[in-house]
Amino acid sequence: MAHQSDLIAEDIHAYLKSQEEKSMLRFITCGSVDDGKSTLIGRLLWDSKMIFEDQLAALRADSKRVGTQGEGIDYALLLDGLQAEREQGITIDVAYHFFSTDKRKFIVADTPGHEQYTRNMVTGASTAQVAVILIDARKGLLTQTRRHSYLVSLVGIRHIVLAINKMDLVGYDAARFEEIRREYEAFAAGLGFAEVVAIPISALQGDNLLAQGANTPWYNGPTLMEYLETVPVAGAAADRPFRMRVQWVNRPHLDFRGFCGTVAAGTIRPGDAVAVASSGQTSRVARIVTMDGDLDEAVAGQAVTLTLVDEIDISRGEMLTPPEERPCLADSLEAKIVWMHEEPLVPGRSYLLKAGATTVPAQVRELSCKVNVNTLRHEPGKILALNEVGVCTVSLGRSIPFDPYRENRGTGSFILIDRMSNATVGAGMIERPRQRAAGHWLAIELDKKARAEHKGQKPRVLWFTGLSETGTSSVANLVEKKLHCLGRHTYLLDGEVLRRGLNRDLDHADPDPVEHVRRATETARILADAGLIVLVAVTAPCRNEQLFAPEEFVEIFVDTPLVVCEKRASDPHRKAGAGEVRAVIGSAAICARSEKPQITVAGGGRAPEEIAERIVAELFDGGIAEDDALLGSGI
Amino acid sequence: MKPTHLQQLEAESIHVLREVAAEFENPVMLYSIGKDSAVMLHLARKAFFPGKIPFPLLHVDTTWKFREMIEFRDRMARDCGFELLVHRNEEGARQGVNPFTHGSALYTDIMKTEGLKQALTKYHFDAAFGGARRDEEKSRAKERIFSFRTETHRWDPKSQRPELWNIYNARVRPGESIRAFPLSNWTELDVWQYIYLEAIPIVPLYHAKERPVVERDGMLILVDDDRLKLRPGEQVRMKSVRFRTLGCYPLTGAVESTAAILPEIIQEMLLTRSSERQGRLIDHDQAGSMEKKKQEGYF
Repeated sequence: MAHQSDLIAEDIHAYLKSQEEKSMLRFITCGSVDDGKSTLIGRLLWDSKMIFEDQLAALRADSKRVGTQGEGIDYALLLDGLQAEREQGITIDVAYHFFSTDKRKFIVADTPGHEQYTRNMVTGASTAQVAVILIDARKGLLTQTRRHSYLVSLVGIRHIVLAINKMDLVGYDAARFEEIRREYEAFAAGLGFAEVVAIPISALQGDNLLAQGANTPWYNGPTLMEYLETVPVAGAAADRPFRMRVQWVNRPHLDFRGFCGTVAAGTIRPGDAVAVASSGQTSRVARIVTMDGDLDEAVAGQAVTLTLVDEIDISRGEMLTPPEERPCLADSLEAKIVWMHEEPLVPGRSYLLKAGATTVPAQVRELSCKVNVNTLRHEPGKILALNEVGVCTVSLGRSIPFDPYRENRGTGSFILIDRMSNATVGAGMIERPRQRAAGHWLAIELDKKARAEHKGQKPRVLWFTGLSETGTSSVANLVEKKLHCLGRHTYLLDGEVLRRGLNRDLDHADPDPVEHVRRATETARILADAGLIVLVAVTAPCRNEQLFAPEEFVEIFVDTPLVVCEKRASDPHRKAGAGEVRAVIGSAAICARSEKPQITVAGGGRAPEEIAERIVAELFDGGIAEDDALLGSGI
Repeated sequence: MKPTHLQQLEAESIHVLREVAAEFENPVMLYSIGKDSAVMLHLARKAFFPGKIPFPLLHVDTTWKFREMIEFRDRMARDCGFELLVHRNEEGARQGVNPFTHGSALYTDIMKTEGLKQALTKYHFDAAFGGARRDEEKSRAKERIFSFRTETHRWDPKSQRPELWNIYNARVRPGESIRAFPLSNWTELDVWQYIYLEAIPIVPLYHAKERPVVERDGMLILVDDDRLKLRPGEQVRMKSVRFRTLGCYPLTGAVESTAAILPEIIQEMLLTRSSERQGRLIDHDQAGSMEKKKQEGYF
């Protein structure tokens, strides 16, 4: 079975030839140390002869010293990992072990089975094709069995081995095996598995691991290794419509433009028509280029370089697809998200979403519900904490192409990245696009609400008032930048800019503030109608607040003492006294405040940065820059 | 048309190479001239064909590498047309740091680890490809493909990120960098099989040949040049030996062998029962030595 075949010793060339056709399988083992998982994996590694002599000597020594098997070999010790234990904070690990037989190379993902390691299991399972779920025959189905089964199902694994272990401790009882098998089958019926194969094993004794166990004559199914060696590995992706994300544009010289990427689904051949998913541009494949020569076809999993018949400019992140079988294209989607970080998900916060080679700003607008991984029931929730699974609505800075995760893991998956720490905070699996942006142009009535929704925000008019020196202008500028970085669509109406353009015709020698303000107000209204957050830094003794909806208009008063202003002021025309304010159009602006500004921040003696940060904090705290629940709720 | 396991491994490695090249400003491939480097170089050529490899290859020359390695290195650079950067810890070289007088731990620390850090800092690389594999040592089983390093090249367990599907979070802050390991899922056997199938050139030291060696500290050391001073009682003998792993010649043990061609090397590898790194003295120095070195920025 393993490499200790006579062929190696006798005819190495023939052996090497026979090895050229091996396939590869990734599987994950689910269970806990108590279930015998480590012993199982250790045994597989041992039996496939991937243990070298010095490791063997070390294992024997360790088994005597710290092993749990008395005089026998403790296979579990083979898997001992990093010197620093989990207490030192290494909590995202997945251990990958390798072994191979004559038929296949195997990659085993191993994570602890405890609930606090859910994120680890999801990580390890994300690339696995098969899950081996361990059961201790004495204990039968446990909560963790359900949890593990749900998690592997969530991540898209469809082939399950139910390894009912420790059969030696229940006298190899066929009835017990059957009982557990049936109970599991009933439980797993709703999880969408294509196949569940139950195998009675004893990892310690070796029954049904590689060879048929003499102790289970009543069992006629495959041994674990037989199953793992023969389960078909070609993913469902092979039969799907062609998909390839452009990862790298290859332009060694002017005459060659190649689009490099890994085929995520389907097959592509020279001559095939392709479309760029987001723009709709079409062309045909000219060549499939590799260093080993041009290919006649490329299938899912292959990393290739495509050249097209037409000179189209396609950038990294774009997706190539058949023109007739396009993916979804949307900037709002519903996804199951597994939270991977200690800091919980807070709806409304801005993240980055990375799907393949595409990175876009994203915001989880709504947490529709959580899935209890132990009971599999849907529950309400406000936040998603570490290791929890939630169904969320995510809105993106721009549309991206994707397929539902259940159709293709490669084009339906994403991660969420925290913009500040750059940590990977969430793992997402897309269910469907949300609402209207389903890839078709529809005739819709556009109104303020539609435009605002499109931008994923509520329109606001932030009117700055207060005595300031360089301006409300510089503070407003900084506030705008911060909002922009946080994913908001903004516009700053600067009085200075207006004066030079729209209001150029107004007489400044004889200032006409009322008209100036009227025009600024109307412009702000138009911009708000377009769905923007408008910042207004304009001097005015008054405002026409009535033009705006009350929850839309926010006055931000930057409170700077007159005395400070007078010291700083450079404009000789400035006149102001306590209690009396005269507006002057110009850079040394003075703005009248109303009775009750919504936001007041102290401006004296502080740098504009600080003031701007304070303002942004107040905007978020007061829920002013957040999205209103109305926008996110199902329509 | 089902891909074989090597074709799959190859495609996944090419994916990693392209992703790093696309997401980082200034990547580099650490070239140690050994068999894993040879495979990595080959994969990089495939990843960016027909263009040139869009990043340089860096060799940290400790000044004690086998002469044949240096010759091979320079020949490969000429033949494959990649940009080769060679860095030496000049201060260490000036002080005459060597494995005989300084001991292997200190010598490696100064000439290899420090040398690497110097080079990374000097050229401002923000991503460095390494040929490390998960099967090489227990401590590597849990390593991710992207390994995040602080500005001082240290590995902090808390700043590592989970890797799902084939999506790689490549965002770093100014000054931070990563190590990327495209061979993570390759085993020693995979590497040899690939070298064989693709006819990848490797340093002749991997092939058995009559060579002058001395037996020292339980290892067979190649008398590569006249800097190796014989201890009393030591005798240089010609033996048919080859190397399973390459490093600095005073620290790398040869094995007696007659495997002169690649299939024989693979055969020997399959039938021999001693893991690869056992020939490297540095791994035996301190408890959990590889992991300590990783923390220190070695890898």
